[in-house]
Amino acid sequence: MTDILAQNLLSPVTLAFVLGVLARLARSEFQLPKDIYAGVSIYLLLAIGLHGGVELSRASLDQILAPVLVTLGIGAFTPVSSYLVLRRLGGFGPQDAAGIAAHYGSVSAVTFIAAQQFVSGMGEPSELFMPALLTLLESPGIHVALVIGVLASRAPGSEARPIRATLHEVLTGRTLVLLVGGLVVGFLMGERNWEAIQLLYDTKGSIFKGMLVVFLLEMGVVAAARLGDLGKVGPFLLGFGIGMPLVHGALGTWLGTLAGLGAGGATVLGAMAASASYIAAPPAVRLTLPEANPTFSLTASLAITFPFNILVGIPVYYQIAKLAQAG
Amino acid sequence: MGTVGLKLVTIVAEPVLEERLVEALHRLGARGHTVAEVRGAGSRGMRASDPPGQGVRIEVVVSAEAAARILDHVAEHYFPHYAVIAFVADVAVVRGDKYV
Repeated sequence: MTDILAQNLLSPVTLAFVLGVLARLARSEFQLPKDIYAGVSIYLLLAIGLHGGVELSRASLDQILAPVLVTLGIGAFTPVSSYLVLRRLGGFGPQDAAGIAAHYGSVSAVTFIAAQQFVSGMGEPSELFMPALLTLLESPGIHVALVIGVLASRAPGSEARPIRATLHEVLTGRTLVLLVGGLVVGFLMGERNWEAIQLLYDTKGSIFKGMLVVFLLEMGVVAAARLGDLGKVGPFLLGFGIGMPLVHGALGTWLGTLAGLGAGGATVLGAMAASASYIAAPPAVRLTLPEANPTFSLTASLAITFPFNILVGIPVYYQIAKLAQAG
Repeated sequence: MGTVGLKLVTIVAEPVLEERLVEALHRLGARGHTVAEVRGAGSRGMRASDPPGQGVRIEVVVSAEAAARILDHVAEHYFPHYAVIAFVADVAVVRGDKYV
């Protein structure tokens, strides 16, 4: 286990993340320019969409059916479990609990990519239709949590905002448009046209990995910028930010194994279940549950859960996947 | 060229509110608006934006009555739960009929 942890810590992706954190803590003026940050994230999402789509055109329906069902189950479960834990054990109000649950019910695409890279590095690459599962997991978690929050508080603080508006916003957001769009384009163009663009978009290629390193560097800066708020969120949320991903990660890994995924795929599904969104969820929560304090949800997802998954969580889910495969 | 006295209303807010605020401003009497992306921090600290910490400054030139309606609207709907400030200044504009 320590071997795997060390191997993960010494990967370029993880080291770049740590460098970003250190740069921020040292008050370096370094920061990725905003437009490059946006450009790199567009590239990464499009690449996993395209590559996943090409692979999807090779997958058979019965290979993917069970993982799809399991993924939808996870999407419905994680926001509810997060909400109940925050409400019952953490003593959070309904809006705050639902706001945080929306983040934990959704998924972090970067965590997904990091997990995919990690398992390939371990020699157990995940099934290449995994990006299709990623798109399924992003939206439901946010909406389940928002509906809970609206029903539980029944007091829209500002102009009432219909869930329909939020649904439109999440479904047309950058992540889903690029992922779903990339999957469709990749699926339609198929193997034959893949070769022409493979050099740039191959998620196992050097270009993709190199861009991921740049992105994680910036993620380190962004996450470290939130570290100052750790004191404001209280010890419960600190524990939640680590404990909840471990529970969801173990569950996702186990269910993935039951659904027939290999150790690599089960690990990636576990990392998806464990991860918390910090791109799609925040604006949706902000507009639908205005009384929810964004400091809680952003600090937990960005300053606690994201680094935890990148540094420790993914190797742990991998270990669980190996045990599940053996048993 | 003669000038006319009007009100400049400035709202600095979380970026998620831009669309809704602009829609409300026009509903309440603005004939145009200007939006700038800004950075900053206030009593609420963190803003839910990507990348975090960004804000928008929305400016409109309107009649005194419209300015009052706008401030009431912002105060009622957004002050309680969002990082928003709003203020009014007197301005002298040319082509006064363009704004009301």
